[in-house]
Amino acid sequence: MASDCWSLPETLCRFPAMEAKTLRLMRKTIDDGFRDIVRSWADTIDAATVPLQMFLNALERAFAGSPWVLVLAVLLAAVWATSRSWKIVLGTAIALCLIGWVGLWQDTMVTLAMVSFCTVVAVIIGLPIGIAAARSDRLQRIVSPVLDVMQTLPSFVYLIPVVVIFGIGKVPGMIAVVIYAVPPMIRLTNLGIRLVDREVTEAAEAFGSSARQKLWNVQLPLALPTIMTGVNQTIMMSLSMVVVASMVGVGGLGKNVLQAINNQFFTVGFLNGFALVAIAIVFDRSSQAFGLRLQKHREAGHD
Amino acid sequence: MTEATPILPVEDDDEAVTGRSGIEIRNLYKIFGPEPERYIAAVKAGLTKTDLNRKHGHVLGLTDISLSIPPGRITVIMGLSGSGKSTLIRHINGLIAPTTGEVIHDGADVCRMTPAELRDFRRHKTAMVFQKFALLPHRTVLENTCYGLDIQGVPRRDSEPVARHWIVRVGLKGYEGSYPSQLSGGMQQRVGLARALANDADILLMDEAFSALDPLIRLDMQAILLELQSELHKTIVFITHDLDEALRLGDRIAILRDGRLEQVGTGQDIVLRPANDYIAAFVREVNRARVIRAATVARPVAAGEELPQFSVPGTEVLETVARHMTTAGVNHARVLGRQGQLRGTIAISDVLTAMVTPATAPAGPLAKG
Ligand SMILES: Nc1ncnc2c1ncn2[C@@H]1O[C@H](COP(=O)(O)OP(=O)(O)O)[C@@H](O)[C@H]1O
Ligand SMILES: [Mg+2]
Repeated sequence: MASDCWSLPETLCRFPAMEAKTLRLMRKTIDDGFRDIVRSWADTIDAATVPLQMFLNALERAFAGSPWVLVLAVLLAAVWATSRSWKIVLGTAIALCLIGWVGLWQDTMVTLAMVSFCTVVAVIIGLPIGIAAARSDRLQRIVSPVLDVMQTLPSFVYLIPVVVIFGIGKVPGMIAVVIYAVPPMIRLTNLGIRLVDREVTEAAEAFGSSARQKLWNVQLPLALPTIMTGVNQTIMMSLSMVVVASMVGVGGLGKNVLQAINNQFFTVGFLNGFALVAIAIVFDRSSQAFGLRLQKHREAGHD
Repeated sequence: MTEATPILPVEDDDEAVTGRSGIEIRNLYKIFGPEPERYIAAVKAGLTKTDLNRKHGHVLGLTDISLSIPPGRITVIMGLSGSGKSTLIRHINGLIAPTTGEVIHDGADVCRMTPAELRDFRRHKTAMVFQKFALLPHRTVLENTCYGLDIQGVPRRDSEPVARHWIVRVGLKGYEGSYPSQLSGGMQQRVGLARALANDADILLMDEAFSALDPLIRLDMQAILLELQSELHKTIVFITHDLDEALRLGDRIAILRDGRLEQVGTGQDIVLRPANDYIAAFVREVNRARVIRAATVARPVAAGEELPQFSVPGTEVLETVARHMTTAGVNHARVLGRQGQLRGTIAISDVLTAMVTPATAPAGPLAKG
């Protein structure tokens, strides 16, 4: 209205947006085009997702379907192997038993299966990209803004194309989680390698290392503490993302939380939330203890 | 008398070590920056380091370096911080490529090698010791010493005995299983030395290898290096910013200033005949008694002159000669060459004069040099 416009002309007052018709047309073209592309590739996409889907189902069955004593024993052994700390193993045992006691064993195992697998995938994707980015300044200049977008874009937004392409289910959920969890892995691998003492990499070169020898003998071992921080963060991001991913059909604790929100089940919501926190703490402590153990001999390594 | 000929120089029967190739550095220029080729012509025509930096944003690292590094000797490259020492030594194993110029070893130009040839050259012909040791923190002393051989693909079964041998030689027996962080700086650099020696390379590059060590430890390391060298006869390029270290270790010394070679010669040459005021200022405070050798000060024997009984080796530095002569209570001595031949005579007064005469005022026997 002219009265709100301090008597300015209309174009300087209300932002001259494009016509509603144009916008609608644009939206329609892009959405339909995208959908058409997806439809024409449907067979290929199915061929790629079906085996993954089957694998995820099998993994979930292995975690949630096996006798709980067996799973608990394996989990505790894994925690011991990474942390070598009785305290952390004991804490894990207590946390898991409490979770089982409040009836969340199955759901927790489903979540655990998902998070473990997503973390492995994120590390497998993130590590080589991080290494490549550390080697080439050009690649780093391309990768880092992409990572910035991946981390700032609200996760709900990129769920949309994922769902359009892959539909609803575990696979799109996994993809969403991996997209969300992979940036710290890439970033910290890149950073860790770039921070390796220049004189030590120079020594590797002076003794005639090939690029591969330099990577395996020097860069990765010396960057390992930083890379482990990346793994740790990746795990944490996966855990927080499985809740969001439950919106596209991932089961487990996240789904319970989602239902609790919809139905205002206060107690259920908190129990599931605490179960997630418990898993997060277990993962965090074990991976940090592992990282520390790797650094045992290096306190005075560089000054 | 066979020794009527001029007496200098004393120590350089260099060609005793023959059949091996040294390193020939020829007309080396290095400009740091995005477009070094663009300015090389201007630099060759005399564009200064300051102007290159201010007007074109490039750094002039080295200017027209030609230096021949003899095999089996220790060549010291000396200069203040930022004078281009590290840049120069890194050209020898191709860690830095020159803007123009050549580094010839065994008939091959290191600067023209393919990456594979260069790797091979580094693995088998050179080894390097670093200022801050550059050890691998996650490897034990033994594993660090094996490092060069690991890279060559030598199995541990064969490399371990070699590594153990060198660990003993540098005085670290018993520390094979320790990690670098558990060792003092001096001990870490011994590991650095053992790692380089285990490579069995002819060329040993040492970039300020002892500069990070405490003075006493540094003297120790210098002694170890000299002792090993007396039996290994490697071609050593040793970098330092410390003149005393240069004089102690160097068979030849090259002085760098702002990327240019100011003077190349033996320690005596540099102390007795500094090429310019810069070097004269550099060597002014040097303890000459520890640098100048008896043969340098010896006077030729005149025909029919009566020879003193007491004798000293010509390679001995004046400090030692003075001690010997005063202990023996003599004023005159014969000076003998390496094979025990007569090289001249020396008087205690000559010794004292040489010890205190400033380099800029040549007098007495020194004038003959
Ligand atoms: N990579 C580089 N880029 C730009 N300038 C460099 C680089 N490396 C060395 N320099 C410059 O070259 C000069 C010589 O450096 P350096 O060889 O490290 O000296 P030194 O070892 O004698 O202290 C210095 O002015 C230094 O700033
Ligand atoms: Mg240096």
